Amino acid sequence: MTLADTANPTLTSSILYLDGISVSFDGYKALRELSLVLQRGEMRAIIGPNGAGKTTMMDVITGKTRPDSGEAMFDGKYDLTRLDEADIATLGIGRKFQKPTVFENHTVEDNLLLAVKAPRGVRATLFGRAEPGVRATIDRILVTTRLQDHRARVAGSLSHGQKQWLEIGMLLAQDPKLLLVDEPVAGMTDAETAATAELLREIARTHSVVVVEHDMTFVRELGVKVTCLHEGAVLAEGTLDQVSAHPRVVEVYLGR
Amino acid sequence: MSARLDRIGLVFVLLLAAAAIAVPALSLGVPESSPFSLPPYLVQLFGKYLCYAILAVALDLVWGYCGILSLGHGAFFALGGYAMGMYLMRQIGTRGVYADPILPDFMVFLNWKALPVAWWGFDWFPYAMLMVMLVPGLLALAFGWFAFRSRVTGVYLSIITQAMTFALYKEFFRNDFGFGGNNGLTDFKDLLGFSLQSASTKAALFSASAVALILAYATARAMIGSKYGKALTAVRDAESRMRFLGYRVETYKVTAFVVSAVMAGIGGALYVPQVGIINPSEFAPANSIEAAIWVAVGGRATLVGAAIGAIAVNFAKTWFTGVFPEFWLYGLGALFVLVTLFLPRGLLGLLLAPPRDKAPTPEPPALAVEEGADP
Repeated sequence: MTLADTANPTLTSSILYLDGISVSFDGYKALRELSLVLQRGEMRAIIGPNGAGKTTMMDVITGKTRPDSGEAMFDGKYDLTRLDEADIATLGIGRKFQKPTVFENHTVEDNLLLAVKAPRGVRATLFGRAEPGVRATIDRILVTTRLQDHRARVAGSLSHGQKQWLEIGMLLAQDPKLLLVDEPVAGMTDAETAATAELLREIARTHSVVVVEHDMTFVRELGVKVTCLHEGAVLAEGTLDQVSAHPRVVEVYLGR
Repeated sequence: MSARLDRIGLVFVLLLAAAAIAVPALSLGVPESSPFSLPPYLVQLFGKYLCYAILAVALDLVWGYCGILSLGHGAFFALGGYAMGMYLMRQIGTRGVYADPILPDFMVFLNWKALPVAWWGFDWFPYAMLMVMLVPGLLALAFGWFAFRSRVTGVYLSIITQAMTFALYKEFFRNDFGFGGNNGLTDFKDLLGFSLQSASTKAALFSASAVALILAYATARAMIGSKYGKALTAVRDAESRMRFLGYRVETYKVTAFVVSAVMAGIGGALYVPQVGIINPSEFAPANSIEAAIWVAVGGRATLVGAAIGAIAVNFAKTWFTGVFPEFWLYGLGALFVLVTLFLPRGLLGLLLAPPRDKAPTPEPPALAVEEGADP
């Protein structure tokens, strides 16, 4: 299907449009005809049991995994199935991993410096001067992520929660249009979880966000539309109360 | 890179600069009867160590800072050496055994009638110097392009770099290949008109090696200090994170790999006139592994440590092979094991204070295993 013959209003108005995505690994079907549409500026929470395909879905969106079939469009015009990770990141999709992944040997500031939106080529980084405004951006993000007192610390020495925030900060520094956040509160204390929910709500004011999370308290605090995945397909979609009341969701995920 | 390491680097550069002046002075300006006189053979020996140090700095740039454990860097060193050797062969002219004005002796011996195309232009010094850099650089570009684009990392990459140097080793052994077969290139007479036998040429080659080592260090240091260097270390520590940040990881690796190969080639080019021969044994896989040991002993991701490691290990090798020739390899192996166990940051780690405010774990991984986003 080419763009010319797509008079599909859902496609053009959405930031992310997945239609009939299937992925299988050695016969195991990780995603079966998964469809999902995210509107511009929307925040969506994805829940589902282990093996539901949440991470695989993120891999498809970010170019790590090629789907066997289906359509994945970003911003109404970019075919994500034809691009690789670096291209997709440059288009404006940022991703936070399940396990916090920061550059452990670099300082907090250098982690953000590497993430800040700027030319990514070798020539630019080898010979280029620092772009004006980078410092201000880094300062602003340090405040948002409550890391302003840790600027010069080596990232490897941060606490687990601080690493999670630093990674979210790196995502913000990229200034993406869409953020994919995989289990941001895993291993966090209750206070940290609440603070992270607040941080994400703040981010969602200016970005489209997809959050994968198991923590139901956290999902409730986010207060956004929820999609429940099961065995690689959408099981239910709606408010958290609607989804929680869905008999199949109770059966496969929430438990009786 | 810490400020302390930079200070050590500065001291090292100053010592090298002092040696570049003092060694020729002691070798040429002091009468041989004086106890301070440096005999030419020692000048030559020290010059050889400096060439190894250039190779070590080159290897540390890719291994220490980008996690690419190349076990084929000896190949780039040898290719630079062959390019220099070809120039030196053409300089022999009619002074060879067969006195052919164009063809080197081994070609006359093989009954060749004309100079192979690969040898054209090598009588012209600037062209030969260009090839010293271009040949290793292009090989690294081609090799790196395929390997890094296919995302070959860790031990698999190390293994194919070994295969690369082994393939060249086999190829250069063949007489038909046109580079002197197993005898290699030797019997050199002069370089730019200066006799290689004279003490002054030896002193000049030592100084040139010291200057080249300073330049190699300065280049690598400048790269590491730039944002490119930060990105390179980030690739080493979390490659997939860098991809998802939008960096073309393979371009970063190829750039470092090519710069490193060119550096190694220059080291090889300075090495050949000082040892007087280049033959296929320089491509032996064991040579490249030994270079990795120098870096590990000196201290990975320090540059200066790599150079110190190369000098120290080769000094020990010279001494050891003189006293207990058959035990050197055991000694080298024991050294590697001891350093890995007790000095994970190498000899230089002894000089560097333990980093403050740092978790105990984040040592640069020896073999970067694919990390990241897997569920």
